[in-house]
Amino acid sequence: MGEHNIRNFTINFGPQHPAAHGVLRLVLELDGEVVERVDPHIGLLHRGTEKLIEYKTYVQANPYFDRLDYVAPMNQEHAYCLAIEKLLGIAVPRRAQLIRVLFSEIGRLLSHLLNVTTQAMDVGALTPPLWGFEEREKLMIFYERVSGSRLHANYFRPGGVNMDIQPELIDDIEAFCDPFLKVLDDLDTLVMGSRIFKQRNVDIGTITLDDCWKWGFSGPLVRSCGVAWDLRKAQPYECYEEMEFDIPVGLNGDNYDRQVIRMEEMRQSVRIMRQCLDKLRAPDGQGPVTTLDGKIAPPSRKDMKRSMEALIHHFKLYTEGFHVPAGEVYAAVEAPKGEFGVYLVSDGTNKPYRCHVRAPGFAHLQGMDFMCRGHMLADVAGVLGSLDIVFGEVDR
Amino acid sequence: MSAELQALSEHIVSSLGEAIEDRAIAYGELTIVARLEEIKRVVTFLRDDPQCRFVCFIDICGADYPAREKRFDVVYHFLAPHHNRRIRVKVETDEETPVPSIIDLFPAANWYERETYDLYGVLFSGHPDLRRLLTDYGFEGHPLRKDFPLTGYVEVRYDDGQGRVVYEPVKLSQEFRNFDFLSPWEGTDYVLPGDEKAKA
Repeated sequence: MGEHNIRNFTINFGPQHPAAHGVLRLVLELDGEVVERVDPHIGLLHRGTEKLIEYKTYVQANPYFDRLDYVAPMNQEHAYCLAIEKLLGIAVPRRAQLIRVLFSEIGRLLSHLLNVTTQAMDVGALTPPLWGFEEREKLMIFYERVSGSRLHANYFRPGGVNMDIQPELIDDIEAFCDPFLKVLDDLDTLVMGSRIFKQRNVDIGTITLDDCWKWGFSGPLVRSCGVAWDLRKAQPYECYEEMEFDIPVGLNGDNYDRQVIRMEEMRQSVRIMRQCLDKLRAPDGQGPVTTLDGKIAPPSRKDMKRSMEALIHHFKLYTEGFHVPAGEVYAAVEAPKGEFGVYLVSDGTNKPYRCHVRAPGFAHLQGMDFMCRGHMLADVAGVLGSLDIVFGEVDR
Repeated sequence: MSAELQALSEHIVSSLGEAIEDRAIAYGELTIVARLEEIKRVVTFLRDDPQCRFVCFIDICGADYPAREKRFDVVYHFLAPHHNRRIRVKVETDEETPVPSIIDLFPAANWYERETYDLYGVLFSGHPDLRRLLTDYGFEGHPLRKDFPLTGYVEVRYDDGQGRVVYEPVKLSQEFRNFDFLSPWEGTDYVLPGDEKAKA
């Protein structure tokens, strides 16, 4: 037998692959079935969000944030609104804070439901996504009832939220909680308890805490390494400080731990939602849902018909928009996928001078290369699923 | 919080000396401006010094200020999870001067520096693989520069005859309308004769 000329095999994974979670193109270098190198080619969904934002007023730029991580839209708006509010130095009324927290947690449910169940699909199970999507449908109806839109809500506004929440909706969300916990328990037995799911995920894509920090990972990836790092606790924003919830952590930093953490986070989210609902009903949870500063938040429809000043404010806000004092801030929220940050530079005019979006998925996808090296080809889909990648935010 | 940041910024400046050009605390956030050549030393110090411990990489991005001589800012964000603090480091550069890459300090810098290069044309020295990241294969120009038009230069469509996607110069049936709503009245400093007497 002579010496064979052995060379690595390069294949394309995506952009049209059901497990590519959108439009990811991975160039995989394989040695047999072992992955030697992963080169993700991203940008197929690049829409120039950051450039477009520079040409819009602050309020007009808000809907772009729905379109980043489109499975949990309001969490993105939240970071953007927090950045503007930091620059403006305005306080958000308590009722608006409660509504924001409530819908941020609904966003977390939306995102985790999609991720956990499609991860099951990536490793071979077809039923869980159907169960997950049934619940997501209910949650999106809550989105629709509060904002008028199932996905691209544009509901959080600088200074508060767009509209008040109806008392019936509060009741309906409450009624959703208990049956949902039951569904979660079912999903837990179906997916997390599944032997196949464990075989495909335990000890796959293992990372250490040190890796997490230097690769810029956040969210469930950091928590899977055993650190209770959650911005909702560590650097509380809105009224997270008064909410009671626990941070689930993992031990092994592998795919399986991350999914178990997401399952538990959903339970904790329901816990926070319940507290929000109670507080929204309590007397001190009543009041305005947006700042009363007429220079920032538009007047009510009723006032506009009666008051000249309100009419002028409305006109000014929807043509020129409000001016934001010059300066630069970085505001971050604990989005379902990790730390979602907005770096906002203002030059004192009505449009952002520079708005950079720090998306957790971008850092996570970058880690694909070092996480997949030495794994089998079939594990690439598993690792990708456990990172919770949504291309809207990676490509921007 | 502010006193703590103040103490931290004193500590950084006293330890790094000339590598720090400027520092500021605004909106409860600490910003330091580092010298371009010293950025690696600054970042290493911030990562390893026990009082800093900014071990968590957050972000690198660019910003364009065409009026300045050194038109670009490269903005780094770091997080110190042990002290629960954030820091922003900025360096200034222009189209030609490369910024030393911090990829051997933080491997995560790889894509962020590629993105900054792609969108602003800022060069990074020591980066092993400075390719475009977000824009199309074969894209020309750096879209986030302020002098790059919002509508870009080329558009693509599928050509039935040729059976492939073709690139053409942008043809707009209507010019992009960028309304300038900035009020000419606000911010003007009206000097009425006699006003100065009231102040005095």
